[in-house]
Amino acid sequence: SYFIFLSFQQRIEIHKLRQGDNLILGFSIGGGIDQDPTQNPFSEDKTDKGIYVTRVTEGGPAEVAGLQIGDKIMQVNGWDMTMVTHDQARKRLTKRNEEVVRLLVTRQSLQKAVQQSMMS
Amino acid sequence: MSTAMDTESTYSGYSHYSGHSKKAHRQGRDRHKSPRSKDGSRSEKSVTIQTPPAEPLLGNDASRAEEGQDDNWGETTTAITGTSEHSISQEDIARISKDLEDSVGLDCKRYLGLTVAAVLGLLVFLTPIAFILLPQILWRDDLEPCGTVCEGLFISVAFKLLILLIGTWALFFRQPKADIPRVFVFRALLLVLIFLFVFSYWLFYGVRILDSKDTNYQGIVQYAVSLVDALLFIHYLAIVLLELRQLQPMFTVKVVRSTDGESRYYSLGHLSIQRAALVVLENYYKDFTVYNPALLTASKSRAAKHMAGLKVYNVDGPGNNASGQSRAMIAAAARRRDSSHNELYYEEADHERRVKKRRARLVVAVEEAFTHIKRLQAEEQQKAPGEMMDPREAAQAIFPSMARALQKYLRTTRQQQYHSMESILQHLSFCITNNMTPKAFLERYLNPGPTLQYDRDRWFSKQWTLVSEEAVTSGLQDGIVFVLKCLDFSLVVNVKKIPFIKLSEEFIDPKSHKFVLRLQSETSV
Repeated sequence: SYFIFLSFQQRIEIHKLRQGDNLILGFSIGGGIDQDPTQNPFSEDKTDKGIYVTRVTEGGPAEVAGLQIGDKIMQVNGWDMTMVTHDQARKRLTKRNEEVVRLLVTRQSLQKAVQQSMMS
Repeated sequence: MSTAMDTESTYSGYSHYSGHSKKAHRQGRDRHKSPRSKDGSRSEKSVTIQTPPAEPLLGNDASRAEEGQDDNWGETTTAITGTSEHSISQEDIARISKDLEDSVGLDCKRYLGLTVAAVLGLLVFLTPIAFILLPQILWRDDLEPCGTVCEGLFISVAFKLLILLIGTWALFFRQPKADIPRVFVFRALLLVLIFLFVFSYWLFYGVRILDSKDTNYQGIVQYAVSLVDALLFIHYLAIVLLELRQLQPMFTVKVVRSTDGESRYYSLGHLSIQRAALVVLENYYKDFTVYNPALLTASKSRAAKHMAGLKVYNVDGPGNNASGQSRAMIAAAARRRDSSHNELYYEEADHERRVKKRRARLVVAVEEAFTHIKRLQAEEQQKAPGEMMDPREAAQAIFPSMARALQKYLRTTRQQQYHSMESILQHLSFCITNNMTPKAFLERYLNPGPTLQYDRDRWFSKQWTLVSEEAVTSGLQDGIVFVLKCLDFSLVVNVKKIPFIKLSEEFIDPKSHKFVLRLQSETSV
């Protein structure tokens, strides 16, 4: 058996937490079309200028909802996030009148191939 | 004090090298120079030629001996026995006899060439004057009168001859620097050309003018002027062929000394092999460190130890398979686990440490010695007349304090035979006279210098032989290898052509230099 990379798309629903005057989601993003894609440690393709999750705070709403570090955010509430600047991405995630954000993320995971079961 | 330091050595100066100009390819054109200088004191290098066309350059002597072709080896091999202090070794005898016979043979050749060229030169110079004067002498009354035009032509002939004389003197009247085996091709060609040219002019003159007693004097004078013009053009041709053509560098030669692998690179133009050899030798004396046989003994003893102790016993029968035996020995020696590399490493590290220590002691001793000397200014010279010393005495006064350290250092670096006490004292007084610092005084002893720096007796390299597969008058080409041998070592010269360089241009607008920042921000949401 051997390891292969598989990409999963997942829908994650995060309920924002109110901290004082702000609504926080509990993770950090990196990337954007105005950023340097070669410094992104999570992307497989170093020309990928998409938005990636670089940190997830423990016990925060994102972790509770199942968001993981290294996820690439494809959509936020229907808005495309693959071709946005870093600031545009931040704005779309931190809209004041939204309490729930629905993300479409792509995650890469290492899977053991199901080779033996197919051969047997 | 060791005996080496006590021996007197004559410091024969090499100052006559400084009189020559620094052109890269001075030739020893001595043919036009009538007063011959004595060659007793000159630094001529005689280069004799060996061109064995059938043999390969690095002859396979070993294989030939094994095939049994040399049947006379018993009679022709000489056994070199150890020599006592008072006898001359075989090498010295060979050197002396070679010196004698070479100097006699080549002198005759040089004298012959010199006289031929001198006679030809004189003839050529007097020819236009003869052309003009002969009609005046022989049939003066019949000549048409020729007024201002002829006088103008006389002036032009006179000045052109003067220019030709100065040009020939500048180009050809030079001190001979070297003896070369074969004739310079271009020079010979030029001499032949000049001879044919002048001969044909005389032929025409003799037939058309002398025999028929031409009366048109202006025509005759113009004929003489045309001769001088053509001679000036031949002089121009000589400059281009002999001097200018070799100026542009076309080849890079690598010169490697066979004994210790020291190598240098030089740039040469279109030269013949013998002239290239001359250039290499001239540069050898100033670029390569002096050949020191004392430094080579270490590697030889290591090599001897490596192969020693291996004996071959033939158990299969009386067959004498020489090459097989030697191959077996080589294989066994390679497989033998000896620790000679270890020895070499520690020995070299130890030697370096010792040299550094002695060097430090020497530097300190010399610095201390130099502090004892103070130069007297002009005013002070009147005040203390009793203690004044000239540089030689000052040198002798401070020499004992540094002598021991210097001697030990020279012994450790195996240079002691190159410096006698007298030469050290002379150098010390020279440094004191010229206000040199201790470091400047020591520069001569800390590192081995080029061969020119030392006494001529210590050179080990005065007679050179050019060994070449090609003819030595042929020009340099890519890939030619020739060897310059002297008695103790040889210089292997490898010629490579300078590659053809393709240079293209690219224009960059100064306003086109623009930059952006590479960002990678992280925002928490």
